[in-house]
Amino acid sequence: MTELVVGTKKGLFLLEGEPGHGFEIKTRAFAGEPVDFATRDPRSGRLLATVTSPFYGPKIFYTDDDPALAWEQAEGVALPQGGDQALERVWVIARGEADGTLYAGGDPGVLFESRDGGVTWELNAGLWEQPSRPRWQPGGGGLCLHSICTWPGDANRLAVAISAAGMWLTEDGGRSWRRSNRGINPRYLPAEALADENAGRCVHHVERAPKRPGRMFMQFHGGVYRSDDAGASWTDIGGGGLPSDFGFPLTLDPADPDSAYVIPLVADMDRVTPDGRVRVYETRDAGGTWAARGDGLPAGHAYLTVLRQAFSRAGEGEELELYFGATSGDLFGSGDAGATWSTVATRLPPVFSLVAV
Amino acid sequence: MAVVCLRGPLRKLAGGRPEHELEGTQVIDLLKALELRHPDLGGWILDERGRSRRHINVFLNGERAAEATAVRSGDRIEVLPAITGG
Repeated sequence: MTELVVGTKKGLFLLEGEPGHGFEIKTRAFAGEPVDFATRDPRSGRLLATVTSPFYGPKIFYTDDDPALAWEQAEGVALPQGGDQALERVWVIARGEADGTLYAGGDPGVLFESRDGGVTWELNAGLWEQPSRPRWQPGGGGLCLHSICTWPGDANRLAVAISAAGMWLTEDGGRSWRRSNRGINPRYLPAEALADENAGRCVHHVERAPKRPGRMFMQFHGGVYRSDDAGASWTDIGGGGLPSDFGFPLTLDPADPDSAYVIPLVADMDRVTPDGRVRVYETRDAGGTWAARGDGLPAGHAYLTVLRQAFSRAGEGEELELYFGATSGDLFGSGDAGATWSTVATRLPPVFSLVAV
Repeated sequence: MAVVCLRGPLRKLAGGRPEHELEGTQVIDLLKALELRHPDLGGWILDERGRSRRHINVFLNGERAAEATAVRSGDRIEVLPAITGG
């Protein structure tokens, strides 16, 4: 049985089922509220949701009980009091390597850490106090820290991505950070601006290959990249059969460090699936070639948008399950690593995030 | 003393009470005093900068008020979510 934790523009939805055999909506919570991201920590069973009320600001909530009834507000999810900035949104929650550790990324380009499973949070001072921060440029969705890549077995190593302040690495548990953008080509910048590291590096999503942690895959704002040296440099892998190298989400097969999956959109000026067809693209040779995986997905006049947190996986290898949701409110799933797909749900509110547990 | 009136989740976070008597010379003073008295309200009406959130409306004796609007004893201040959304 797989659980899908789905954040939408109008609440949180929990679904249960098996790919190909149907899913059932079990719970809706935060009715009417934008749930930007939600997940379940499998270590504790705790559900966590980031909710940005248009009235009351961004919050993280958690529950160990019935999610239809009782949620607690987490403490410490805020910027320093009395400053000149306010937290705008919490984009992602990621599991840390140390027991009970969670990370949360938000706008304006901030990282929070929890060591008690999400009850209390602390702002990462090293990233917050980066001297270049006043010159960071936000992307269209704000200055969002959206990708958090832990390093299996080493709690001190972390990579985070900020749109559009680029990639940042730490090897000392977040006390110090350095940039990781070498090799990335932001085609939307004039050539004269490329030397300025504060000019926008609009990373859309990054995932680390757990069995080869030095390897990461990146969906950029125009470009798909791979790093084989823990982020020291990036190589363009956006050719080789992709209909477009623009898109937002990316995932991979944890069993295969040469694997990655993307869902291309036409371009930044037309953010829908190309040719009115919904297709996931898979590589099994580290981005050398890409193959369309669309069997069972809408193939005619389907102009969907899949956001950066709305593509997830469960299992690995031959039992890899893939799921994604669109702003159309449709959810799709595959139980055979993308070979075939089925519709999991329709007519949900616009899907902001999806996590398979 | 002026009276700050709360509804919905704000009322719940303020101990379930709809009305709160508070001291202050401006609207912002009363909102800060309210947060101090009810820490669970922290971050819900005012952001980290100490400013009223963009989509929170404050009415003073039925008239739309700003943070710096002067408050006198006996005034009634209503804190409401704005009519926004999509």
